[in-house]
Amino acid sequence: MNRSVEQSNRSLTLKLVGVVVAMFIFAVYVMPPLYDLFCEVTGLNGKTGGRYQATESVVDTSRQITVQFLATNNESMPWAFKPQLQSIKVHPGEEVEVRYLATNPTSIPMVAQAVPSLVPFKAAEYFHKTECFCFNQQPLDGGESAELPLRFIVDQDVPKQVHTITLSYTLFDITDKLALASNDR
Amino acid sequence: MAHGPAKGFSRWLFTTNHKDIGTMYLWFSFAMFLMGGVFALVIRAELFEPGLQIVQPEFFNQMTTMHGLVMVFGAVMPAFVGLANWLIPMMIGAPDMALPRMNNWSFWILPFAFAMLSSTLLMEGGAPNFGWTFYAPLSTTYAPPSVTFFIFAVHIMGASSIMGAINIIATILNMRAPGMTLMKMPLFVWTWLITAYLLIAVMPVLAGVVTMMLMDIHFGTSFFDAAGGGDPVLFQHVFWFFGHPEVYIMILPAFGVVSQIIPTFARKPLFGYASMVYATSSIAFLSFIVWAHHMFTVGMPVAGELFFMYATMLIAVPTGVKVFNWVTTMFKGSMTFETPMLFSIAFVILFTIGGFSGLMLAIAPADFQYHDTYFVVAHFHYVLVPGAIFSITAAVYYWLPKWCGNMYNETMGKTHFWMAFIGLNVTFFPMHFVGLAGMPRRIPDYALQFADFNMIASVGAFMFGAAQILFLFNVIATIRGKQKATAEVWENPEGLEWTVASPAPYHTFSTPPEVK
Repeated sequence: MNRSVEQSNRSLTLKLVGVVVAMFIFAVYVMPPLYDLFCEVTGLNGKTGGRYQATESVVDTSRQITVQFLATNNESMPWAFKPQLQSIKVHPGEEVEVRYLATNPTSIPMVAQAVPSLVPFKAAEYFHKTECFCFNQQPLDGGESAELPLRFIVDQDVPKQVHTITLSYTLFDITDKLALASNDR
Repeated sequence: MAHGPAKGFSRWLFTTNHKDIGTMYLWFSFAMFLMGGVFALVIRAELFEPGLQIVQPEFFNQMTTMHGLVMVFGAVMPAFVGLANWLIPMMIGAPDMALPRMNNWSFWILPFAFAMLSSTLLMEGGAPNFGWTFYAPLSTTYAPPSVTFFIFAVHIMGASSIMGAINIIATILNMRAPGMTLMKMPLFVWTWLITAYLLIAVMPVLAGVVTMMLMDIHFGTSFFDAAGGGDPVLFQHVFWFFGHPEVYIMILPAFGVVSQIIPTFARKPLFGYASMVYATSSIAFLSFIVWAHHMFTVGMPVAGELFFMYATMLIAVPTGVKVFNWVTTMFKGSMTFETPMLFSIAFVILFTIGGFSGLMLAIAPADFQYHDTYFVVAHFHYVLVPGAIFSITAAVYYWLPKWCGNMYNETMGKTHFWMAFIGLNVTFFPMHFVGLAGMPRRIPDYALQFADFNMIASVGAFMFGAAQILFLFNVIATIRGKQKATAEVWENPEGLEWTVASPAPYHTFSTPPEVK
């Protein structure tokens, strides 16, 4: 094998290793944020956005939208978790506050995280939350109860064919997960 | 310069010779093929009748998972790398692979990866049981403790494949004999060049996805955990971004193999060489933009479903070009039906059937019915068994005389073919029917109305398994045989590998051949 072939093998190998490293970084550091961004833009999976800054706007009293509330406990989550209201009729543009109720019936302190999802997906970008318990983790001591506030505005631009929006919260037990994360750091 | 192999076991341990490494890859892959086959037979034995007879559901799940992992990463991929090692240097007139020491390493880490993976069967909590697609959170939150060993095994397999791919690209681009231009290369070399690029692009993504799992399981991150702001659907996107090109990694070299074999036995040059190259490249490109057709049912916007549906159907065009070219090569040829040709013709017919059921699955609204049923199992076994496995078998019968210098027994070869062909169809064809009728995948028990077809499928599976034992016997009998093969072996086969003696000397093309 002559010298030049050896050199071109080496430089080609280095380039290909560069591609390998780049693709690994793409998978771990680029794809997850890209996916989150994509979901936020399109409302994919009914993901709702973060905290919304309310702006002065006119309430559209010409129509009403029914917003339904669901509560689900993830697998073995023992908390009692339910919405105060099953559903509410709102005008687009109007800011509304509702509450969820949570009780920790066990004797140990626990931490929970609520994760929202909304159907129809195309309404997700028109559903703004100015305050939500899902923005924070929720600790409760054993036997303790809490009212969890949610304030939202349905945008005036919500498509005409949307009459009902269903908002679902799934409550996850993250006590162990937090302990794991704090042990490692 | 001309010296033979070293003696004893150290020959194999320290070898940098492409022929030795190719041989080791092929034997290793055959061992894994038998192991994965035993797992499949456990599955088929349990499904012989409804109800639970032989294994517990937990173990059944481990079997489906290990069968898939071992067949994909242990049998098919190493077999093609073994063929590449043996054939690419001889086909392009190179003395060896470009990076021989890395070649040794990329083989020798594989047995460790699979030793680690199979050892999980003996661990507390059992082997991985979440399917070869290891969807989160089944593979993270609900996984058995052995999942960590699975993750490291996948890392090692990935490293091995990446090193193999780098080696193959460097060999093809830098080591060709003078006059061997890219468009003069045999198609097997072309398809492997494209496959190697696919491997380099997606194996790091597989490494990435198992790394994210590892972080979620042990380091408190939440890539795939909704509670911490992650999303399990993200797993499916990243996995299939790897997984779809992966299925082409397992089929493109097969296209190359049959494109070498069919012209020899049709006694006509391959029809449409250039279009074959472009079709292969198009398939490789399209494989990156169709991944979500594996997940039509996760809840995607209609625009997304439509995009992935049409992009998937587009793949039928270059694939159709290839099938057309193979058929046209045979058309009006002076065909003879030796064992490699039989396997290749079966490849063309059965792979096309698998392609058509793929088109059915590509129709997004229809896929909602087919999703996760035995129809999917029938589809991918029709493309992988007659596709990858038959082409590898054809390649072994075609080049074995060149490798070991002896001719195989044609009657035994044909017996193997007909047993495998009948066994395969008896196994997988009924799965279309039970799938359409609604039998789900990955279950150890099923409703009574599926009983007859499942029994037929199980009988076929054991027949197919027996055929592979005959294959092993044929190969050993050939290696020990007395009937010497000529240098050409076949009638006027095309390619530089037929210009060297049979068996191929330990070192070939130390001085580059002249390519006209």
